[in-house]
Amino acid sequence: MTTTVPKPSGKAALRGRILRLAASVTTPLLPDDYLDLVAPLRSGADLRGRVLAVRPETADAATLVIRPGRDWRGHTPGQYVRLGVDVDGVRQWRAYSLTSAPTRRGGPISVTVKAIPDGVVSNHLVRRTRPGTLVQLDQAQGDFVLPGRPPARVLFVTAGSGVTPVMGMLRADVLGGADVVVVHSAPTPADVIFGAELRGLAERGVIRLVQRHTDTDGLLTVDDLDRLVPDHLDRETWACGPVGLLDALEEHWTASGRGDRLHTERFRPTVISPGEGGAVTFVRSGVTVCADGATPLLDAGEDAGVLMPSGCRMGICFGCVLPLRQGAVRDLRNGELTTAVPGDGVRIQTCVSAAAGPCDIDH
Amino acid sequence: MTVIQNKPVNPIAHLTAEDIEIIGKELDAIRERVVADRGERDAAYIRRVISTQRKLEMGSRVVLLFSLFPPAWIVGTAGLTVAKILENMEVGHNVLHGQWDWMRDPKIHSTTWEWDHVSPAEQWKHSHNELHHTYTNVLGKDNDLGYGIMRVDEDQRWHPFHLGQPLWNFINACFFEYGIAAYDLELGRNLRNGRHKRPEFRARARAVGRKIRRQVLKDYVVHPLLSGPSFLHTLAATFTANLLRNLWSHSVIMCGHFPEGVETFSRRSIEGETRGEWYLRQMLGSANISGSRLMHIMTGNLSFQIEHHLFPDLPSNRYQEIAPEVRALFDRYGLKYTTGSLPRQVLSAWRKVVRLSLPNRKAPRRVDERPAPALAASGV
Repeated sequence: MTTTVPKPSGKAALRGRILRLAASVTTPLLPDDYLDLVAPLRSGADLRGRVLAVRPETADAATLVIRPGRDWRGHTPGQYVRLGVDVDGVRQWRAYSLTSAPTRRGGPISVTVKAIPDGVVSNHLVRRTRPGTLVQLDQAQGDFVLPGRPPARVLFVTAGSGVTPVMGMLRADVLGGADVVVVHSAPTPADVIFGAELRGLAERGVIRLVQRHTDTDGLLTVDDLDRLVPDHLDRETWACGPVGLLDALEEHWTASGRGDRLHTERFRPTVISPGEGGAVTFVRSGVTVCADGATPLLDAGEDAGVLMPSGCRMGICFGCVLPLRQGAVRDLRNGELTTAVPGDGVRIQTCVSAAAGPCDIDH
Repeated sequence: MTVIQNKPVNPIAHLTAEDIEIIGKELDAIRERVVADRGERDAAYIRRVISTQRKLEMGSRVVLLFSLFPPAWIVGTAGLTVAKILENMEVGHNVLHGQWDWMRDPKIHSTTWEWDHVSPAEQWKHSHNELHHTYTNVLGKDNDLGYGIMRVDEDQRWHPFHLGQPLWNFINACFFEYGIAAYDLELGRNLRNGRHKRPEFRARARAVGRKIRRQVLKDYVVHPLLSGPSFLHTLAATFTANLLRNLWSHSVIMCGHFPEGVETFSRRSIEGETRGEWYLRQMLGSANISGSRLMHIMTGNLSFQIEHHLFPDLPSNRYQEIAPEVRALFDRYGLKYTTGSLPRQVLSAWRKVVRLSLPNRKAPRRVDERPAPALAASGV
């Protein structure tokens, strides 16, 4: 048999050999496990970042300046980054818009976080994170970005922390001489994140800023928009804010036949509302079953003919642990709820967990 | 020890079925309290132990590059021994139990961890977490009772092979990690009944072979070679570190279930076992070791074997904290909390190994045929 696989270049082969030799020195660990102790941000490591500073923006929002690892590939203004933070010892992943302008390789990035009531991660980031903390990162992603050539007339509609991706775009200084209107809604003037910076841009004539304060003006509506920016339908528009606002805008733009001009960014696209029982999908086996809130997922899977890993069946041996890709499960021993969205990396003991809503098991 | 049902005085005869369920509820409550409270402090603890272990191992191995010089040999060997003990006991054993899974850190997780041991984590998790921890001290079910090469209970049948068990135990202690690998493979049983030809067994045996090759290559070839002129000295140093680690972990683990005062159970007794009865079996089937904080860490907190067997998935640093409460529960219900210093418990276990190498002096005494009330009611 002939093979057409190209021979690895001399350099790559040498690198491979060195890595194998290093691994034989450190086995069962990897050389990376030792390097992580001294150089967690090096090239080749899992992507991480170190918090350089935490700067308060408003009473309940703060900007985290982060030095990303060497393998950070940069971002396009408007994109977000997923951040893995250890809160009370448990790793939690959340997505935040990048608010810094793209920098040269190795430069710091920033995200701006608003603490939401009962928000486990947001409160931790805003109030309890100290410089020096290591966080886990993913590469930047998202298509809430400006086109290569900026449109002549632009409208940004933002509410609350929805201003963050837009700030990323404004700071990147890529709009050239475009005619830019920013309509921003926040409860009071003191709640406006980047308030001073936005007003500065307005004073310099870079943008026209329309500020709305819901405490006095009420929630921003489509009718308001007609009045505040009469030509809004003629503008390429980017909107980010609460779901209600985005739904109303999408309806309005679509009804007017301009749906293609509106770009929206929604955080938390998957809303997990736990209940009792639900449809359980074993993703790789391609099996979906309805399980009630009292049946362990292990039993539900086995009853449906899925070959499940199992052990003691009483919650002590961890032989049945599988990844919960998304959904909600309840611990049958104490009723504790666990929820996951894709990327959270949550693993559960199927022998003592029951469905608390639809869930996908990676098995 | 003899099977609890065969004792002249049944240690749980005074408990009603209801008592046993209440004990179970109280233990559940202790567990819930720890689960609700575990957090940043615990995460910081295990990360500190892991980082200390890695730095110590790396540092010791660097020192051993110059093991030709006696002080370097001594310091390096001592450091490597401690590092290997920490790695197996406080880190490996406990991570593989899933004690730290709640942190959701993929690098410190029972499904991804591999340890400095010739038995692959996957196989050890099955024989230890699943079999030993579920069927603790049930004769014929829990192979940890004598590891299949020794008789550690009067109710295990004597065979002339057992005459040599003090020697078998000593050899097992010296090469303990290989003993465990063979044990996890159920090598003896599989060879006897011809199952060693099955593809499933062969695949597992190959996995062990690969693990042994990597371990041996690292300890006895790569590091000695890196030491250049110190080749032989480094070889001796790693051999010594492995030997001391094996002797230490064997001693600690013998203290968990073999000393006098620990109970065993018959296979029939666990049919239809309730949660409370399972807890009770763990309480009576394990023994602790008393000592300093450093000693507890070096045993991987298996010195709190009772607490560990009650709650195998709670973070190890918590066992010491809940021990007084657990002990109070034993006292309240008139149960024996078996504990003693390391030398005392090791001696006790060894004495039993020697004593039971001979057949029982007299036929095991039977309890009055009428079963004790609690046992009749609960089926323990």
